[in-house]
Amino acid sequence: MAILINENTRIIVQGFTGKIGTFHAQEMIEYGSNVVGGVTPGKGGQTHLGLPVFNTVKEAVQQAGAEASIVFVPPAFASDSIMEAADAGIKYCVSITDGIPTQDMMTVKNFLRRFPEEKRMMLTGPNCSGTISPGRSMLGIMPGHIYVRGNVGVVGRSGTLGYEAADQMRLLGIGISTSVGIGGDPIIGSSHRDVLEKLEEDPETKVCVMIGEIGGPMEVEAGQFFKENMSKPLVAYIAGLTAPEGRRMGHAGAIISSAGESAAEKVATLKELGVTICPTPSLMGETVAGVLAKM
Amino acid sequence: MRKCHRVVETKTIDEVIELNIHEYQAKEILADYGVKMAEGGIAHNTEEAVQRAREIDGDVWVVKAQIHSGARGKAGGIKVCKTHGEVEVAAEELLGKKLVTHQTGPAGKMCSRLYIEAGTNIAKEMYLSFLIDRSTERVIMVGSAQGGMDIEALAETDPDAIVKIYIEPAVGLQDFQARKMAFALGVDTSQLNHAVKTIKGCYRALRDLDANILEINPLVLTANNEIIALDAKMAFDENALFRRRRVAELRDNSQVDTREVAAAEAGLSYVGLDGDIGCMINGAGLAMATMDMIKLAGGEPANFLDVGGGASAERTEKAFRLVLADSGVKAMLVNIFAGINRCDWIAEGVVQAVKNIDMKVPLVVRLSGTNVEEGRRIIADSGLPIITADTLADAAEKVVQARNQLVAQEG
Repeated sequence: MAILINENTRIIVQGFTGKIGTFHAQEMIEYGSNVVGGVTPGKGGQTHLGLPVFNTVKEAVQQAGAEASIVFVPPAFASDSIMEAADAGIKYCVSITDGIPTQDMMTVKNFLRRFPEEKRMMLTGPNCSGTISPGRSMLGIMPGHIYVRGNVGVVGRSGTLGYEAADQMRLLGIGISTSVGIGGDPIIGSSHRDVLEKLEEDPETKVCVMIGEIGGPMEVEAGQFFKENMSKPLVAYIAGLTAPEGRRMGHAGAIISSAGESAAEKVATLKELGVTICPTPSLMGETVAGVLAKM
Repeated sequence: MRKCHRVVETKTIDEVIELNIHEYQAKEILADYGVKMAEGGIAHNTEEAVQRAREIDGDVWVVKAQIHSGARGKAGGIKVCKTHGEVEVAAEELLGKKLVTHQTGPAGKMCSRLYIEAGTNIAKEMYLSFLIDRSTERVIMVGSAQGGMDIEALAETDPDAIVKIYIEPAVGLQDFQARKMAFALGVDTSQLNHAVKTIKGCYRALRDLDANILEINPLVLTANNEIIALDAKMAFDENALFRRRRVAELRDNSQVDTREVAAAEAGLSYVGLDGDIGCMINGAGLAMATMDMIKLAGGEPANFLDVGGGASAERTEKAFRLVLADSGVKAMLVNIFAGINRCDWIAEGVVQAVKNIDMKVPLVVRLSGTNVEEGRRIIADSGLPIITADTLADAAEKVVQARNQLVAQEG
């Protein structure tokens, strides 16, 4: 099963013929992802990496049966590409692009909400490393080889910290069903909670891991969802115990400023909600192993 | 600028991600959007300050220090003057001085510009702000009939005194919402139309110019029954500056930590901290986690530095120089998880940086991910005194140990 993507998911790349799009499309194809083509407006009809290039996402959906897309379009044009994907009937979109203006993302989210829920595209990112269902499909820019197929579902804001978690688990022989990077920007497509909802429904996922950060109410909301709606154990690590108040730490979303959003406060709230807290980032693998051992 | 945070339980402000501007610049922008202000002008020296006061009618002038911080009044940055002589004295006192407010931190901020404004006869002070609310993904308008004071304190003591109105992005701020806010601010009906114009002008400025926050505290009703913005703060989305050239030109780097300015020019994300262990890490989340590990191992990070995805040798060297420019650094930790990067490229960059820079402090390097074996081999074969670590915990412990040894040797 896994969530969001598997070996059959038909993928297109938006910004296909650009340098970055080309590089990562090749990586995804090598990994085994079912990439069926790409979109670069004005280059429709050409062939790139042996795959068809379309002028519009709509054509890619109609002619290549595209279901999922990954966006490598530069920040100034990325919001437009995401909305084009939603309009064309893409079911799941990952936006890798870093640096999209906040007001553009406000427009994107408003646009997505206009679709009835059953027709609404799921978006993760922007400013994320993508999604991987190990051994089946990679819709992202992560080093695929550090992910082993298994039963742990992972959701996190950060790319490299997610790699760290996957690597620690791999070294302990623990595999992953699907790992989703939701991105570090203030306004993002999906929250931790949205992804946990999917992982809860996935029969293959036995344990969930949430890698959070200081700032924003998202981790606590996910903790509340866990307490009320989840049957699977949830392990969480919250980065930023040492972050000083009111400073940005690279991710636009990670700013401490209001009450209840520092890492320590989040950890305390999550504990109360029954989440298994991973005390340090070097113990992510071991904490998951401990939970698995008890099952 | 962090004033309205708890009011709406959201977050916005920060110097690195957002471009802050001075009060006088915000007022120039808002004037174009129909917001009224007292007559005023900018001065860079004492002579100009007196000249501005001469140009402004009346018998009271306010000399306002232009620094990127609120709470200037309490820090002595705002002086009310009754004669041109007093303006001269106030200007002399403020120019070239560092002002410390509770928002600037102990280092304070240099005042090199003054805004000279006509004194205002205040009948009533109100509060008005607009900001982007993360959780609802909308612009939120916040107002209170009780302005001029600490809005954060008001939110705690009397939350009902604060009105919040959410604005539907596709529709924009409607007149009825602006009227609702005007009535909540306690505006007299004779001033209703002007209040609505002011409120809508502020919203348009925020939307047109990609501002993340716009705060007017206080918005004032004068004794002449006029509504004016007595203070104005705006901060803009850095990611949108590519399409806001005019706003980008308002940047004043004298108000930002010099290390952060150098980092931004090199395309690196850097935040200076108070500890003595320098860090170079890729990815913001891993950087935060590594800093947590340093703290758990008994050390204190000197900085946050995210070198990002494509850490070339040149970029690595720039990052090293930036970290080591902080003379307080007693040890340095490099922690790279290579995804798009390759450990061998990173290792070559590190070796080159160490060779080019005369490093006086111990260096711990931890590499993982793509081509990790080759990366480790390059470090080992370099013959340089680089301490290597395999895991995150190992790296943090080793760097704290190295730091402690150096400090002990220094006595």
